[in-house]
This record gives sequence, structure tokens and C-alpha cells, in this order.
Amino acid sequence: MIAWITVLLACQLAGEGTALLLGLPVPGPVIGMVLLFIGLSVRGGVPEGLRDAAGGLLRHLSLLFVPAGAGVAAHVARLEGEALPIAAALVLSTLAALLATGWVMRILGGRSES
Amino acid sequence: MSTASLHDVWVYLAASPLTGLTATLVAYQAGTWLSARCGGHPLANPVLVAVVLLVAGLAASGIDYRTYFAGAQFVHFLLGPATVALAVPLYSQIRAIRRAAGAMTAALLAGAVTSAVGVVVLGRALGASEQTVLSLAPKSATTPIAMGVAERIGGLPSLTAVFVILTGIIGATLGGWALRLGGVRAARDVGFALGTAAGGIGTARAFQHSETAGAFSGLAMGLCGLATAVLVPLLNGVMW
Repeated sequence: MIAWITVLLACQLAGEGTALLLGLPVPGPVIGMVLLFIGLSVRGGVPEGLRDAAGGLLRHLSLLFVPAGAGVAAHVARLEGEALPIAAALVLSTLAALLATGWVMRILGGRSES
Repeated sequence: MSTASLHDVWVYLAASPLTGLTATLVAYQAGTWLSARCGGHPLANPVLVAVVLLVAGLAASGIDYRTYFAGAQFVHFLLGPATVALAVPLYSQIRAIRRAAGAMTAALLAGAVTSAVGVVVLGRALGASEQTVLSLAPKSATTPIAMGVAERIGGLPSLTAVFVILTGIIGATLGGWALRLGGVRAARDVGFALGTAAGGIGTARAFQHSETAGAFSGLAMGLCGLATAVLVPLLNGVMW
């Protein structure tokens, strides 16, 4: 377990380093994801332990957004003052984006086996 | 040695990282408990419940967000390794992803542009302030990218972070229902739409649906971040 968490952290660290070094606008962890993906492709499979470690983190992905979400507390005044335009714009544009993406996928994506 | 008064204990604990960390986990447990009690009803989204409880708790106790975050950052930190871990489901789904690559490019552009243009046009029309509108524009990107974009176009990065989370919660709570109504049912298509429009929280929701949905959502989240980083500053120069 610890070995595989080390692998995840090492990929992230390499990703952060690459982003800084090359001045890329992409976050380090996203580059780390690409690096791990390349590693898995070269190896030709996912090791059992890595599957467990990644699964453990991803099963509770929701939890990891809670601290940033509570940041609403720091912006209460502005959010209260502009609550209606903010809420309406967020809800409507998010629903429109969901449908636009989903429809294009359904029309152009062909059959999917699930 | 005299015993500390209850007030002294409170003052000490309120400033300790342990309190913020424990409160985060307790709030999330309450969220998952409520979600299970409601049979996984989308409105009982664990993130939404936990955030509401924490914001109410901070207001009631008078602890400011920064003090809270000193503890909660230990959970927040795990977002990095979790993003790296998305490579695993991505790798498992690579054949399905290859097959749909063309459709995904088109769908991603459609979603990213609809989201950014939609929120700016609506925000303006409904009378939001200019700084709020600029902070709203990158809201479909993953948090670190969205904050960078907001800073570049003149928004408030910390406000943008809040909008990203709110967008994720909206997508996770209403997304499945809206897509079903719109006739989008395949796990692949639902996942891709959730990741594009609702980022990481949408991806967490997609993993509840299936591993296929989660993999496509994680991929869409990464790609939407890239598309937003390029498109929003461009749109900002051209159309608003």
C-alpha cells in the first residue's frame, strides 16, 4: 500500500516539476496522471496493489472537495448580495453544458457497450 | 496544577488543526449517512450536505475559514494524488476511449464553450457585477486551472474556486436527472458530460454510476481544464 502511494506521490511531484520547469498552464497532478498512464501503458497492465490504492482514493473523491467547498463561508457577503444572478447563471449554464456534451457524445459517439 | 476552564479548552481546540480536520470528516460522514438514508437521492449529495454543515458550524462557532482550513488542508492535499490515480481507470477503459476519440473532441468543445459563454451571458443579463462575471467564466475547469484563468482575465481566484465547487454540486445533484430527460443514458456519455460540465465532483458522482462512467468523467475533467485554459482567455478578448 505505502509503496503504491509513494508511486502516486512521485508521479505528482514529477508532474509539478515538469509544469514549473516548462512553464505549462496545466496543473502538476494532471501531468502526473499522464506520466502514470504512460507507465501503465509501458508495463502493459495495472498492478494489483496500485489498483487498490487508486480505488481507495477514488472511492472517496467526494470527501476531498469538502474543504474547498466550505470556502463558501469566506464569500458569504458577495454571494448573498448577488445570490439570484449567480445561482441562475450557474444552474442554467451547467445544465446547458451537460446536455450539449451528452448530446454530441450520443450522436457522434456511435455504439457503446454498456 | 490547576485544571483549565472549559473556555480555555475551547479557545485552544478552536485554533488547533485537529478540530478542522475532524469536523471535515464528521461532516462528510453525516453526508454519506444522509445520502444512504435517502437511497442515494442526488439532492442528498454528500459534498453538498458536508459543506452546508461546515458553513453553518463555522458561522455558529465564529471560527474563520482560514483557521478551519489549516486542519482541512490535510484532506485537501489528497486531491493531487487522487488526480494522479485517475490514470488507473483511464488505462482500463483505453479501448472504449480510443473508439470515441473524435466524438469526445467535439463534445468537449461544445460543453466547454456552452458553459463559459452561457454563464457570462446569463450573469450579465441578470445583473451580476463585472468581477463576479469574470470569476464565473472558468467555472467548469478543475479548481487549479480555473483559479489561474480567473486571475489572468481579472476575476477573483478564491471566488472562482467556490464557483467551481458549486458548479460541481449542481452538476452532481441535477446532472443525472437532466441527462436522463434529455435521452442521454449510456454510461460513457453520462460520464463524459458530468466530467466536462461538473469537473471533479461530477466525476465523484460518475464513479457511483459505474467505473466506465467514472473513467470517461475523469478524462473529460482533465480535457475540459485544458480547453478552458485556452478558450476562456481567448473568448474574453473577443466577445466580452
